[in-house]
Amino acid sequence: MTTRQPIVPFRTYLLVFLALLALVLLTTGAAFVDLGRMNTVVALGIALVKMVLVMFFFMHLAHSTNLVRLSVVAAFFWFALLITFVFADYGSRHWIPDPAPWSSSAPATHP
Amino acid sequence: MSEAHRGQVVAHQFEDGGQQHDADTLGIWVFLGTEIMFFGGLFTAYAVYRSLYYPAFAAGSRVLDIKLGAINTAVLLSSSFTMALSVRAAQTAKRTALAGLLIATMVLGAAFLGIKGFEYYQKFVEHVVPSLDFAPQGEVLARLAPGGLGHAQLYFCFYFFMTGLHALHMIVGMGLLFVLMLRARRGEFSAEYYAPVEVTGLYWHFVDIIWIFLFPLLYLIGGRY
Repeated sequence: MTTRQPIVPFRTYLLVFLALLALVLLTTGAAFVDLGRMNTVVALGIALVKMVLVMFFFMHLAHSTNLVRLSVVAAFFWFALLITFVFADYGSRHWIPDPAPWSSSAPATHP
Repeated sequence: MSEAHRGQVVAHQFEDGGQQHDADTLGIWVFLGTEIMFFGGLFTAYAVYRSLYYPAFAAGSRVLDIKLGAINTAVLLSSSFTMALSVRAAQTAKRTALAGLLIATMVLGAAFLGIKGFEYYQKFVEHVVPSLDFAPQGEVLARLAPGGLGHAQLYFCFYFFMTGLHALHMIVGMGLLFVLMLRARRGEFSAEYYAPVEVTGLYWHFVDIIWIFLFPLLYLIGGRY
């Protein structure tokens, strides 16, 4: 079974491009508004939307085979594992106090 | 198109052009998966140090030129747009348009690198280049000092490494685009065979996505209010 890649209409590419430019303005503008911790969430959320737009339309994931989609999901899954385990490490280090000889001889490098 | 030409564009191990296209696309996506892990290491390290030294990272981000960053993001997205149109031109066998769009993509890529280069130059002027010349003065020093200069230096390490690695990928991409442009002018691509354009496009868009995340992480984290 083989697939024939459809030709994406010019209009679709143009609309996606304009949406991306609008999102650049939005994310830049949002940096000038004090949203507290939400600033980071908004900035990364907009970046995520931009990525999905690029991947689905410019990178043709909208008409890719499921095998290709699975590969993309797998890549992000591994990245999520990396982030999760690294933060599980850094986040839990202070749960157990450093043994006395270590904590007295070296300055703390993490909170 | 003659059968002889068709025989050349579908390698003998494939049933037909469609299967070859699927294999080409899967191959580049697997490569991009390794690239996600490659940049993922840097993004993870950035996230760890940002969570440890947030004030220094926020202060560092405010030293960057947000206008140039935003303009560069728009320039790079435009290059992705012309790249997407290149694939379309290849699919519809518009040879002249294809070469033109590939050149446009390269010009936009060069514009991005030019602006990036100017920003690097500014960092040298402001003496915020880690290890080589890290001695900020005046306003820049006043901004960075509260977060700690050592940690600010760490922020600029991430700034130079992440944007530098990204720029390196762009230079590689522009080399690939140049070769594609020469091949397009020779008329090597057709509606049946355009996988090199598609595959290079996927790489180019991927590099664009990396920047889509670098822009908020490096330029926007501290806020500008």
